[in-house]
Amino acid sequence: MPTTTRTERLAIRSSEDVVKVRQLVRTFAVEAGLSLVDQTKIVTAASELARNTLDYGGGGEVRLEIVEDGGRKGVRLAFEDRGPGIADLQLALKDGYTSGSGLGLGLGGARRLSNEFSIESTIGVGTKITIARWKA
Amino acid sequence: MDRIPILKLGEALLVTIQVDMHDRLATALEEDLTSKIVAHGAKGVLIDISALEIVDSFIGRMLDNIAAVSRILDAETVVVGMRPAVAITLVELGLSLSGVRTALNVDRGMELIQRRLASEHVDADDDED
Amino acid sequence: MSAVETSAIVTLVTDEEQAILAEWLDLQKKAGALDTGRINASELGAQCRDFLRSFRDAVAKGGVDVAGSAYTPVREFLSELSRSRAQQGFSPRETATFVFSLKQPLYNVMDRAKATSPVALAQTMWAITLLLDELGLFTTEIYQKSREQVILRQQREITELSTPVVKLWQGVLALPIIGTLDSQRTQVVMENLLQTIVDQGASIAIIDITGVPTVDTLTAQHLLKTVSAARLMGADCIISGIRPQIAQTLVHLGVELNVISKATLADAFALALARTGKTVTRVKSAQGDKNPRPAEKGE
Repeated sequence: MPTTTRTERLAIRSSEDVVKVRQLVRTFAVEAGLSLVDQTKIVTAASELARNTLDYGGGGEVRLEIVEDGGRKGVRLAFEDRGPGIADLQLALKDGYTSGSGLGLGLGGARRLSNEFSIESTIGVGTKITIARWKA
Repeated sequence: MDRIPILKLGEALLVTIQVDMHDRLATALEEDLTSKIVAHGAKGVLIDISALEIVDSFIGRMLDNIAAVSRILDAETVVVGMRPAVAITLVELGLSLSGVRTALNVDRGMELIQRRLASEHVDADDDED
Repeated sequence: MSAVETSAIVTLVTDEEQAILAEWLDLQKKAGALDTGRINASELGAQCRDFLRSFRDAVAKGGVDVAGSAYTPVREFLSELSRSRAQQGFSPRETATFVFSLKQPLYNVMDRAKATSPVALAQTMWAITLLLDELGLFTTEIYQKSREQVILRQQREITELSTPVVKLWQGVLALPIIGTLDSQRTQVVMENLLQTIVDQGASIAIIDITGVPTVDTLTAQHLLKTVSAARLMGADCIISGIRPQIAQTLVHLGVELNVISKATLADAFALALARTGKTVTRVKSAQGDKNPRPAEKGE
């Protein structure tokens, strides 16, 4: 049963905030003991998702957690916005997909870079994307 | 706002990216490079990313854009110094950066640019015969 | 379990600590806990005492709710114990016995105290049994996960050792792969190769797959990822040692290896030398054109 040992929230309202998100995710990843490559992967995924939250979600926030599951540590991130929502999730997850909102490589790429990926989205309400990367 | 410095290195321009760039900084860099390529008649652009711990799709697009614009202005772009962890992540992310040439470091990058210039001079000489 | 029963247990465990510890330690000794020499009596005694106190405090605060926050220190203690025992090579039985053998001493002191009716005593003992069973199982789970991590780490070390990156010449590296390429191995191999490219300033990496028995779509993808990553860093790759069957398989699978491939490592090396602007020439001996060789009969 995974337990959370550290948690923080960051607002995503400007491109400077995207930089802050990268830096804090890096700190969390180092603390969870992830290898350099795994750190790079989750920070990059976070950068993609933070950017999406800003550009297409109209801003939002991210919740960072260090989680522990029976001796194994990991980092979990939940990006949430109150934006327009994503109409066709399957389509959005495909690479190179660009709707009027141009989600591009963001979602599919973030999924490939993570051990866990889940997405909830409701039109007119908002979107929540959760990813996690565990220490190998 | 701070702008990223662009240095002249022979017939090329050298950009060393050392900060975690936010979007406006990246856009400013594209603009600055474009005008400097024309101003100096530069034949090459070297972008040193050895200090970058992260390259996401936004930065990737920036690099692609710079390469495309430079090509139109008759300059070759070479991205140098990519870190192994970044290369591995980019491949996983699916970013091929196919429009961009790469080299291990600034020296090798310069070699690439000079080789291209040398071959062009040879062609020009042939035409004059 | 009622609050009265809970506080009765807590009081009992506090008052009878010495007796419980003595009997508990004795049971573990009888089960052979000290025989292997991995832990000595005073260390084990200290572990028992720490656990018992932690356990008592948890019961006082949280009753029998093992999953609750009152039991976090107990779970952390057992996690640490389990993990270190897994690493030290204790058996699963030895590790779980630590918790399970506490039942008997607890029953005994409760029985001797005779503070409650037989029915109430039975109920309390049953609650304790369930509690310790839960904790014992928890210990075993952590133990298992730790063993898995040890194995994973060892696999990684083997992978690193079995895929060395070799410097063939200035700027030219070779990566001879022996065996199958799964995704975990590819990850390790890729990281190794790329780091060596940086360290050596190599511009060409030859990936030799003579020793790879079969190549399926997944393996081919792993290879291509490695090639792409090296390219992004400015190094070119050449693949060598593709056997005829593998070449056919790749074509049938529709895999496009957009990288130069050569039949043998030697061919790849020759190409690499040419690419880096080098050639191999014959050396003239000190005595003009005569090649020094061992003198033969009659000369």
